[in-house]
Amino acid sequence: MVRQCAIIFGCLALGELVVWFTGIKLPSSITGMLLLTFFLKIKLIKLEWVKGISDFLVANLGFFFIPPGVALMLYFDIIKAEFLPIVVASAVSMVVVLLVTGWVHQITRRIFK
Amino acid sequence: MDFLRNEFFLLAVTFAVYYAAWRLQRKTGFMLLNPILVTIAILITLLMAFDIDYETYNKGGKYIEFWLKPAVVALGVPLYTQLEVIKKQILPILLSQFAGCVTGIISVVLIAKAMGASQEVILSLAPKSVTTPIAMEVTRTIGGIPSLTAAVVVAVGILGGLLGVKTMQVARVGSPIAQGLSLGTAAHAMGTYTAMGISNKYGAYASLGLTLNGILTALLTPAVLQFMGMI
Repeated sequence: MVRQCAIIFGCLALGELVVWFTGIKLPSSITGMLLLTFFLKIKLIKLEWVKGISDFLVANLGFFFIPPGVALMLYFDIIKAEFLPIVVASAVSMVVVLLVTGWVHQITRRIFK
Repeated sequence: MDFLRNEFFLLAVTFAVYYAAWRLQRKTGFMLLNPILVTIAILITLLMAFDIDYETYNKGGKYIEFWLKPAVVALGVPLYTQLEVIKKQILPILLSQFAGCVTGIISVVLIAKAMGASQEVILSLAPKSVTTPIAMEVTRTIGGIPSLTAAVVVAVGILGGLLGVKTMQVARVGSPIAQGLSLGTAAHAMGTYTAMGISNKYGAYASLGLTLNGILTALLTPAVLQFMGMI
């Protein structure tokens, strides 16, 4: 368990370091995720070293954003004032993403087969 | 009544409400009763009813939120296990992910702007397609309101899960791989959950879409917004 935590937090710290050092506009957690994948790929870290904790964290991902979700109560005014643009833009854009991804995949798969 | 403001009490309430909401969905299998959404709604109602402000709640809540970043790092493991699948058809996957990601950001920003949304709200909507922890991190990076993003992301996911398959059938997205990929790209975890319900292979492609679009959105959102003159 200690080794598992050390790896996850090590990757996160390394991610923070990379972001701080380069000033890129990428969340440190994403950088850490890519680093973890990279270390697994080059076999510097073995899958079984992190499997337990990562399964736990990924399975409970939803739970961890409940507190930031509760912070919504601070923004009821904005939501009320801009309810329509928020709903329409998100819903239409969701359909756009769905179809564009699907179409492009179907077409390119035919081309690159 | 000051005990109600105790941080450990508030933490315990959070766990208890979430557990109850989770059980409720398991029992009913009803997608709209998303446990996260239900828990957030109940907690906000309780806090308002007992006149507890968010700052007080967050004294306990921040210990839960703390795990968000490590959890995103942990997504590196499923990504690693899918590397083989990605390698096999790297071009179709990357091109479709790229197209979906960029049109997603541009369309939501343009529509919101045309309908008169404020800068803050537009920035919060930009990463709405990807899984909440990533979306919130992106919003934080570009200067939006992370909790608004969280709410929109969950809503988008539910909508995508409910209507996704039907919409694609109508629009002639027929191949199972394309459908799975699209579900994960457009509706993150909820889309993946829907895809898993169809078959495991569907689900695997959906989770691939979820992860890749998460990375691409984190990488591209600041650049796309800059290009559009939004930040």
